[in-house]
Parts: sequence; structure tokens; C-alpha cells
Amino acid sequence: MKIDFDWKPLVLVPVLALGVLPFIGSPSTWLTLTVAGLAMGMIIFVIASGLTLIFGLMDVLNFGHGVFIALGAFVATTVLGLMADWTGSPDLWRNLLAVFAAMLLAMAISGSVGLAFERFIVRPVYGQHLKQILITMGGMIIGEELIKVIWGPQQIALPLPEGLRGAILLGDSAIEKYRLLAVLVGAAVFALLAWTLSRTKIGLLIRAGVQDREMVEALGYRIRRLFVGVFVVGSALAGLGGVMWGLYQQNVVPQMGAQVNVLIFIVIIIGGLGSTGGALMGAVLVGLMANYTGFLLPKVALFSNIALMVGILLWRPQGVYPVANR
Amino acid sequence: MNDVLLKLEGVHTHIGAYHILHGVDLALPRGQLTMLLGRNGAGKTTTLRTIMGLWHASQGSITFGQRAITQLATPEIAGLGIAYVPENMGIFADLSVKENMLLAARAARNASQMDDARLKWIFSLFPAVEKFWNHPAGKLSGGQKQMLAVARAIVEPRELLIVDEPSKGLAPAIINNMIDAFAELKATGTTILLVEQNINFAKRLGDRVAVMDNGRIVHAGAMQALAEDEELQHQLLGLAI
Repeated sequence: MKIDFDWKPLVLVPVLALGVLPFIGSPSTWLTLTVAGLAMGMIIFVIASGLTLIFGLMDVLNFGHGVFIALGAFVATTVLGLMADWTGSPDLWRNLLAVFAAMLLAMAISGSVGLAFERFIVRPVYGQHLKQILITMGGMIIGEELIKVIWGPQQIALPLPEGLRGAILLGDSAIEKYRLLAVLVGAAVFALLAWTLSRTKIGLLIRAGVQDREMVEALGYRIRRLFVGVFVVGSALAGLGGVMWGLYQQNVVPQMGAQVNVLIFIVIIIGGLGSTGGALMGAVLVGLMANYTGFLLPKVALFSNIALMVGILLWRPQGVYPVANR
Repeated sequence: MNDVLLKLEGVHTHIGAYHILHGVDLALPRGQLTMLLGRNGAGKTTTLRTIMGLWHASQGSITFGQRAITQLATPEIAGLGIAYVPENMGIFADLSVKENMLLAARAARNASQMDDARLKWIFSLFPAVEKFWNHPAGKLSGGQKQMLAVARAIVEPRELLIVDEPSKGLAPAIINNMIDAFAELKATGTTILLVEQNINFAKRLGDRVAVMDNGRIVHAGAMQALAEDEELQHQLLGLAI
């Protein structure tokens, strides 16, 4: 007997996707909405994956995670603005290199700010949830204001590079090129995280720490160092997600982090706190739900993800992939 | 060989507003197995957690070998060569048996770097660990989990092994297996401190015994002497061994 895999939550995605097909009617519209939902889900996953590990490993409620999203997106406006020759080029590879450069710099800066955020804002309030909520929200407000100081308070356009604009026609369906890129980047991040968590000793320590951090310390490992590393990587991933989200929306505002925060908390609660696989499931479900209801019932689109979370928690109160011992 | 490996002197521990340990004095002779007995709430688990730095002593000193460890952090204490099995066993349920063992093998980056000869010896002590090597640890029975917990603690040589109630809730056959394993471990020269409620377990294994009550050691001596003195047993534990 090998490790049993819980396949039931996986069925939710095809059930949701195929369940709405009769209501949407047109298969081509359905395909367009599904790809849009997957792209949105993958971007949310990139952002939420770090947050779920931060909470799982140290019980830290980081409501300031959103500031790294905004920071990443604003860094991208600067980088892509400076590389206008590359983004305006008809050569797709030059476009992609410009986007990857923006992503790398956004990750480096968000990760570095995350290091300082952990040291000065989070570390003094370990184990105190109420203070964590207050101080990390305060940290996010300060972060937003600093972004306004550097980039200004107004909305800034973040247009897609030339080669990523437009859509590929698949029969009657129009699949936007950027959404395919977002799905690929999200899948690559998930694969890298899954490999690290399942195949490396560091990953093993993170998974063990999420379950019982005291025992990890009793085995001789300094879990706080591990947590700092996870916090920095989580912040860098939020920065990467910010670049992707900004390009998805094609504009950025300093408050964008707070707007996305609600979605990512829904995702990590649906997924099971501390579970990376659960975060992926939750993010894909949230992305699909937002796109389907946005098309079918625009008036309830905002409410739909809350309803999804309530429904899933009634089925599995600890989330779709609960972490043992929590 | 009978020098002292671990020594607690006048150790007090507070947990929040509660004063749990009231000046614990305890010495573990090197290479011997010491049983820590006492009724529920006497302070046995708190003593073990204080040794491991999971709760810090508010007063008194703890010395391991020649080193003061009273204020060291848990990972540093473990790094000195102390293995700890808590009362709840501390098994990582979502990880496989192999992954649980690999985590405790600090020198190994992957399973192939674990000491083969030592693993074979551990498998001979606890065959269930080998049998369920790739199984999720959370799916094991209570007895198998306890075997894994002890196997994990000894996956690398440690000077001192501390185990909190290894026989709790186990079937008699598993308890006998556990007793044989501790006896073999003792034969390798490992110093062992066991908290126990199972008096037969204590009697069959212990070289030394310390009895706790109300956060203090109220008796310390040879296990044999306590086992032969019914009046002392009644006085200390309220029952005869």
C-alpha cells in the first residue's frame, strides 16, 4: 500500500466546469470562460501558496500579504516601462524576456521587503493572533502609502507586451494568449513547490513543521530560520503574483493588494490551512466560479466565492485537503 | 561508567500563572535506565519538557555532561545528543514512515544516505517500521506509531533517550516488544529516562527510579530496592509493584 490519494476534491473542478456548461450554452464561450478561470486561479494560487505555508508553519495570520502583490505589480510597471523597446517589439521572445525580467526583479524586491517585514513586524507578535491581524494590516497600510510616495496615488496602466496581446482562435473560442502564459507560469510554480515539498529535506521540514513545529525543534532543527525562509519565498511569490495580476487586469492601483487579499484568504481556507495542494484546488475553483458567475449572474459574482467557501466548509470544515495535527 | 550524564538541581518551572515544578533534583547515571514514576499531575511530563527546553526553568540548573543547558533553545539541546519522544509520540501523520525517519537522521539529505546497518538493527527491533516503510504514518495503529516514535528517536546514535509513557494504551504483546527494544538499547550504552505509569514495565527495565509528587522528587534510588519494599511502594505510589 502506498500513500492513499484523496481524489474527491479533484472531482469538484470538472463537476463545476461541466455543471455550468448547459447554462452557458455555447461550448466556445464555455471554453473561453474556463481558460480565463484557470488563468485567474493560477495567479491567485501563486499568491496564496506562500500565505498558506506562512500560516501553516508558524500560525502567523499575515493580513499584510497583499502589500507584496501591489509592490510586485508596481515594480513591473517600472521595469516594463524602462524596457518599452522590448515590450513593443513584435518578437515574442523579447516580450517574454521583458516580462520574466519584471517578474524576477519583482520577486527579488518583494522577497527583500518580506525579510524586513518578518523581522520588524511579524516577529514581535509570534503566537498572538489578534496583534498579528492588527499589526500586519497596519503594515499593509504603511506599505500602500509608501507605494503612493514612490509611484504616486493614481492608477498606472500595465499594458501587455505586443506579442502577448490578442487571442488564439480555437474553433469558435478565443483564448487570450496572456491567459495561457499565466496558466503555464502557475503550473510551473506549483510543480516547483510540489517538487521542493516532496523531494527535498527542506520541503520535508516545512511539511513536518506545518503539522507539529514543536516536534521538528525537538528533532534538532531551528524552525524559526526555516520560517524566515518561507516568509521570504512567500513574499517573493506574492510579488510574482502581483506582476501576473497586474498584467491580467492591465492596470495597477496601490490598493490592489487589499482587493486580492479577500480572494486569497478564501482560497487558503477552502484549501485547508497549510496545504499547498489545497491552495491550488481552492484557487482554481475560485477562478472558475468568478468567471462563470461573472458571465451568468453578474449581480452575484462578488457573493459567489463566499458561497463556494461556505459550501465547501459544510462538506469539509477543515478545507478540502486538511493538514493532519492542526 | 557511573558518572552522571544529566543533572537537574533545584529546577522550578512555571507555565503561565501555574507553578508546576517546585525544585526538582534528579541525576541520571550514564548508561543506565532511570524510571520516573508518579501519579497523574505530579510533574513528570513537565520535567521532561523542561529538560528539552520546550518550557524553560524559571529557577535552578540543568547540566548535560559538562554543559549547562538550562537556557538553551530546544534545537540546540537536541543537537547535543538528546532524543525525545513526547507523550503524544509527535509522529508527522501526513508524512510516510520513511520520511519521519529521514527527518530524524539529521546528517542524511535523503533516504539513501541513512546508515544502512543501523536501519537494519532498528528494523530488527521494530519490524513494523520496515513493513510500513512507505505508508503514511498517520495510518499506523497506536502501537506501530509508538514503535516508529522510538525508532525515529534512535535513528542516529544519541547519548540520552527520553521517552514519555512508551507503554500508554499499548497491547501486552507490543509492550513486551517495547521492553525488549529498550533492554537492547540499554545494552548499547545509551542512557535512558522513561516516564511510566505501567509498574511492571518499570520493574522489568529500570536500573534507577525517581518518584515525583507535587512537582518534587520524593524518592530516588535503585529500582530493585523499591520493587522489594512494599511499604515504600504504598507510601510513594499508593500501590504495590
